[in-house]
Amino acid sequence: MAIEGLKDVVLNYVTKEYLEDDSEPLAYDTPLISGGIVDSFSMVSLKRFLENKYAIQIPDDKATPEAFDSVNKIATLVEEFVAKK
Amino acid sequence: MAYSDKIRGTYQAQLKGIEDAGLFKQERFIHSPQAADIEVEFPTGSPLKKVINMCANNYLGLSSHPDVVKAAHEGLESRGYGMSSVRFICGTQDIHRELEHRLTQFLGTEDTLLFPSCMDANAGVFEAILTKDDVMISDRLVHASLVDGIRLCSAMHDTFKHSDMGHLEEKLQLHADKRMKVVITDGVFSMDGDTAKLDEMVALCDKSDAMLLVDDSHASGFIGKTGRGTHERCGVVGKIDVITTTFGKALGGASGGCVSGRRELVELCRQRARPYLFSNTIAPVVVAGVLKVMEILSKSTERRDKLERNAAYWRKGLTEAGFVLKEGDTPIVPVMFFNAKLAQDFSRALYDEGIYAIGFFFPVVAQGQARIRTQISAGHETHHLDKALAAFVKVGKKFDILGKTKQEIIAKYGM
Repeated sequence: MAIEGLKDVVLNYVTKEYLEDDSEPLAYDTPLISGGIVDSFSMVSLKRFLENKYAIQIPDDKATPEAFDSVNKIATLVEEFVAKK
Repeated sequence: MAYSDKIRGTYQAQLKGIEDAGLFKQERFIHSPQAADIEVEFPTGSPLKKVINMCANNYLGLSSHPDVVKAAHEGLESRGYGMSSVRFICGTQDIHRELEHRLTQFLGTEDTLLFPSCMDANAGVFEAILTKDDVMISDRLVHASLVDGIRLCSAMHDTFKHSDMGHLEEKLQLHADKRMKVVITDGVFSMDGDTAKLDEMVALCDKSDAMLLVDDSHASGFIGKTGRGTHERCGVVGKIDVITTTFGKALGGASGGCVSGRRELVELCRQRARPYLFSNTIAPVVVAGVLKVMEILSKSTERRDKLERNAAYWRKGLTEAGFVLKEGDTPIVPVMFFNAKLAQDFSRALYDEGIYAIGFFFPVVAQGQARIRTQISAGHETHHLDKALAAFVKVGKKFDILGKTKQEIIAKYGM
């Protein structure tokens, strides 16, 4: 089930949280962690933000660097947990 | 033999990769004590060259101070060379505890525990005082040793943008539900030479019921009116929950570090911090030397005052000559080149002029932020600084970067 506006919520958060003012804009498929934009340390705030906003719990074993590597992938993960609620 | 040709080849390829990327680090052999004037063998096998050292952490010029050397000799005679033990078995002498008391007094804390290095202090402190129910919120530019300590701890970790207090406040709110919250920062940031806003951080931590940990390695002994550190400059002595610092820089420059702060936190480090429990005690000779340093600092602020004057003189000279500097007012004065090769070539040309200052580039600093980090010392006299400045100007003209902006340097040499 697609959640309306989810990808833009994620994209805006990542842009505000991790990018410098003069950085290239992000796309939905820009590699975030493997591309060096988000380090795996900083991923935790994105995870907590999504958990609070969508009232879900993403277990640590699902919140892998691979699953958080692009806006598209993150949206898929969030939708999976929202559907399980 | 398990070290087969295949295994060796794998490691040789890794080393070649580092070399091909221009990131291979080579040591330069110094044949004299640490000081403003040193004798260096570089490249290896070359005749010794007398150069001015512009990149030591010897901020107060105490590394080879005769009184410190004498005290170390006396310590060696009276307490021996080694203890052959960790602290809690049979490695604690009276002078170890005496130094802890002196540091507690100097830093304005409740108690102190010595570690073999500040790297070890940072590696051990978090796991000793936090659990998986807690969160650590660190500035994104904290020193690598803090990053390693954070990695060794089971608590959650998050970051805030460098010195961005609004962002820190957001993070404190995001993690408000955690049992313990610890905000982590350097006092003076080692690569940029800027200072943490500890007064604002203390206020935010108070509001959010969070603790504050400061690594003051590049500040202890000279930042603040009496050199106590960044917390003194910011007017928050007594309000920092944990200070970690080193004796390997301004405080004699030999080795060793400490965790200093709230009594219970220091005691937990004594009970649980692994680098304290499983690593040898600091050698008596070093403890005796640091005790003398503390005595020198308690008698006069002359050395930190001279350092402050030297740093301002050096920064003004470079600015007027037309170099791009990182802004700040500490003895760390980074001269920006942006391009890694330019920074290395400039450093080499400075060496030919008798000036020792090393280029820093990725991964030590971010891509496109290559620099020569100059570090001023109270051991420098005006003639040292004038000679170094003349060399910087001469080499700057050769590379045609004087008076050029960041954009112009990048346009000429690339990122």
